[in-house]
Amino acid sequence: MSSIAQKKGFGATIWDFMTTVDHKKIAILYLISGGFFFLVGGVEAMLIRIQLAKAGNDFLSAGLYNEIITMHGTTMIFLASMPILLAFMNAIMPLQIGARDVAFPFLNSLGFWLFFFGGIFLNLSWFMGGAPDAGWTNYASLALASEGHGIDFYTLGLTISGFGTLIAGINFLVTIINMRAPGMTYMRMPLFTWTTFVASALILLAFPPLTVGLFFMIFDRLFGANFFAVDMGGNTIIWEHLFWIFGHPEVYILILPAFGIFSEIFAIFSRKRLFGYTALVFATILIGFYGFMVWAHHMFTVGLGPTANAVFALATMIIAVPTGIKIFNWLLTIWGGNISFTVPMIYAVAFIPSFVAGGVTGVMQAIAPLDYQLHDSYFIVAHFHYVIVGGVVLAILAGTHLYWPKMFGTMLSEKLGKWTFWFFFIGFHLTFFIQHFLGLMGMPRRVYTFGADQGWDLFNAISSAGAVLMAIGVIIMLVNVVMTTIKNERVGNDPWGDGRTLEWAIPSPPPFYNFAQTPLVRGLDTYWIEKMEGNKKGMIFAEPLGDIHMPNGSIIPFVMSLGMFIASFGALYFLDGDKPWALAVLVIGMLILFGSMLLRSLKDDLGFHITKAELLEDAKGGKTDGH
Amino acid sequence: MAHDTHIQVRSQAEFEYAKKKRADEMKGHLATFAIMIFLTLIAFTMVAAGFSTYLIVPIILLLAGIQVILQLYYFMHMSGKGHGMVAFFMFCGMFVAFITVLALVTIVWW
Amino acid sequence: MDINQKYTPQSWPDHPETATLEGKNKFIGFWLLLAAETVTFASLFATYLALKDKGPSGMEYSAAGLFELPLVFAMTMILLTSSLTSVYAMYHMKNHNFKAMQAWLGITVILGATFLGLEIYEFNHYVHLGFGFTNSAFSSAFYVLVGTHGAHVLFGLSWFIALMIRNSKRGLNMYNAPKFYLASLYWHFIDVVWVFIFTVVYLMGVIG
Repeated sequence: MSSIAQKKGFGATIWDFMTTVDHKKIAILYLISGGFFFLVGGVEAMLIRIQLAKAGNDFLSAGLYNEIITMHGTTMIFLASMPILLAFMNAIMPLQIGARDVAFPFLNSLGFWLFFFGGIFLNLSWFMGGAPDAGWTNYASLALASEGHGIDFYTLGLTISGFGTLIAGINFLVTIINMRAPGMTYMRMPLFTWTTFVASALILLAFPPLTVGLFFMIFDRLFGANFFAVDMGGNTIIWEHLFWIFGHPEVYILILPAFGIFSEIFAIFSRKRLFGYTALVFATILIGFYGFMVWAHHMFTVGLGPTANAVFALATMIIAVPTGIKIFNWLLTIWGGNISFTVPMIYAVAFIPSFVAGGVTGVMQAIAPLDYQLHDSYFIVAHFHYVIVGGVVLAILAGTHLYWPKMFGTMLSEKLGKWTFWFFFIGFHLTFFIQHFLGLMGMPRRVYTFGADQGWDLFNAISSAGAVLMAIGVIIMLVNVVMTTIKNERVGNDPWGDGRTLEWAIPSPPPFYNFAQTPLVRGLDTYWIEKMEGNKKGMIFAEPLGDIHMPNGSIIPFVMSLGMFIASFGALYFLDGDKPWALAVLVIGMLILFGSMLLRSLKDDLGFHITKAELLEDAKGGKTDGH
Repeated sequence: MAHDTHIQVRSQAEFEYAKKKRADEMKGHLATFAIMIFLTLIAFTMVAAGFSTYLIVPIILLLAGIQVILQLYYFMHMSGKGHGMVAFFMFCGMFVAFITVLALVTIVWW
Repeated sequence: MDINQKYTPQSWPDHPETATLEGKNKFIGFWLLLAAETVTFASLFATYLALKDKGPSGMEYSAAGLFELPLVFAMTMILLTSSLTSVYAMYHMKNHNFKAMQAWLGITVILGATFLGLEIYEFNHYVHLGFGFTNSAFSSAFYVLVGTHGAHVLFGLSWFIALMIRNSKRGLNMYNAPKFYLASLYWHFIDVVWVFIFTVVYLMGVIG
């Protein structure tokens, strides 16, 4: 088990990634598959905008349009944004707290493969009889009436990937609670680690209601239960509640890590300590807490009654307070800083007005009577794209540039990065700003076309033109990635020159054991403190050089996820009269799942040790290639 | 990192003390169990005796709540050392659980 | 951590379940899972309460006319007792008395299996009465709530049995002590859920 890098063949590399439990490699897997689904969702978005480019367009049929909007939303939320954020959490968070790996490396791998197979399962619907078509919220009254198996792909696929996300959440929480380096108190943790912590807590408590709701839907559609079947005494509002009890925290699961990334960027490129670190931490916790008490603002028009609407309207408005605290803290971090406008910093600066715009329209919708006017119009579409694209996607793009050198050991081109930024940023505002007005003019969301006499032609055409600019931006980014990878110019520990936290104190990419010696943390912005004191090593150590214990790789997570994947096909066709093999498939899949679970629990897995001699050898070799 | 554990052999006196402490604790558990059985009996008896619904429901819910506290704090040792984070997350879970139940019994549009 | 390290009662630490980093991680992680399970069961309970006695017009069975308390009382006593026996097992685990621990776990498993048997009997009885899973919203909610608990019991039993067989020859060490401890935590949690099931589903069901 030498740590020395060897050149491997293609097959061996694939096998290595299939069995890896190394958080940095799992991060790469998350980034690649999340990136892939981001492109899929992007293509779906382009199809939507082509269809809506002119009045009365027949580019897509009404049914296909429904499938595409459903899959666009589902893919972007569950299969693109969240996995890419999980990629950054995996890659960076353990480094920031000075840990050698996450708490449960095996579960980390399992979480990824569950997400991956869930995503594949969901997207197989395109080729197996039609995609889900009841919108990403999948409201029960609509979903139960949907013919074919599209909805079942949605419920089963999201169940699988939901388990994966829950596992990832628990894993990050335990890592942060138990594995911080000596001296890394909670109030010395970098902001990205803090937001990872709170987002993981939200995952922990928000995903169970979704899973339960999805199971109800599965039972209703596939096994004859009656949870939502009104004629049998069921109640479709239960689905809406369960979905939004999950769904609202979900948007904070997305935006909090984005806030974390931007907090890091503001501090690094303003060359200043974060202004109001404590306030930022408490605002993060507060947002997480409030996130659970506002879900019914998605349901104002359901008719829950004036009391419920008033309570949830007030709670929703309160959330703007901690968010505002954050915005001001970021502004004051930039204020008086020695600013360098690198690509990540440009994204961060652009994020503030974009996100504030989304936040302000959010507060508008919190006013329940006004929401009756705005509900299900393009105003809503504009609002949530302003928060998700203006917040999360800008953070993802910024984070990709910021952390690319740490993950891959080479810098993305700044020049191309700026091109990407301008195309994407201008395209984004062009696409979505005007949709506010389309909404106010009465254009409903989720409708596949509009008439020439409705006066929405010009604004829709502008919106579609903006989408083209965004697509160009993303394509430039892909070119950037390919060119950077081919050039492969290696960089050192701290490629930005102003890194403040521990991840910048070790090689890019880090060796697979991260820290040869566990660091001793002396304050917030650990690496910055050591740099300022002229410590050439970048950190002081909490322990002498010694043997390191590492976990073994394993193929079992892959097999377990495969088992669930197979079982899902059995469940999918369970009630179909012409497919008697469905039950057998269900049983076989479950046997694979529980069999590999049992194997895992019966077989001792004690890991292995890297000896001191190997570590010294590694240090001498100046190894920078982690693969 | 702290993967290796240091074996610490206790002196006879320490050992006897720890053992006695555990035995005492076990007696406490037995008492807890007796209380739990007693509470269950009360709940079932009240229902069997056919008191008013408005009296029974709050009381048996309270009894259930007490049983849960007993399980968590005695059988599951949630008050023990190193359970701070555990208790925090359990209470967060219970909070979300509470508002979920509250919502679905009050605002489901019947 | 050396799996072959032999311990005596005198060198066995006070809290073997959290004596290693792996143990600590598992310990916190498992409690977090229980927090998530709390929300899971809350969602199931909430749905059950929303759908209680709801069904198509002319529905034959409602909670008041269906549930029988003697059986539920027996099941409750059995599960409560199994909770105590698993406490005994952990008492002996901390005393480093492997044989006694195995014996108490064995009793726990027998009690748990009896409980599960009674539950299967109960479900079977209801189905024969004509109260099937697909009959009404109420029946679906009932079977899914109580059935999910039953599935947890089954999983807990399998977990205990697997641990007991796997470690029967090698006794207690730092590697398996956290596993035994977590399995017993899981068992207590199952009991916690049952307390609410017998209160909310059965007792509150019978009084209508």
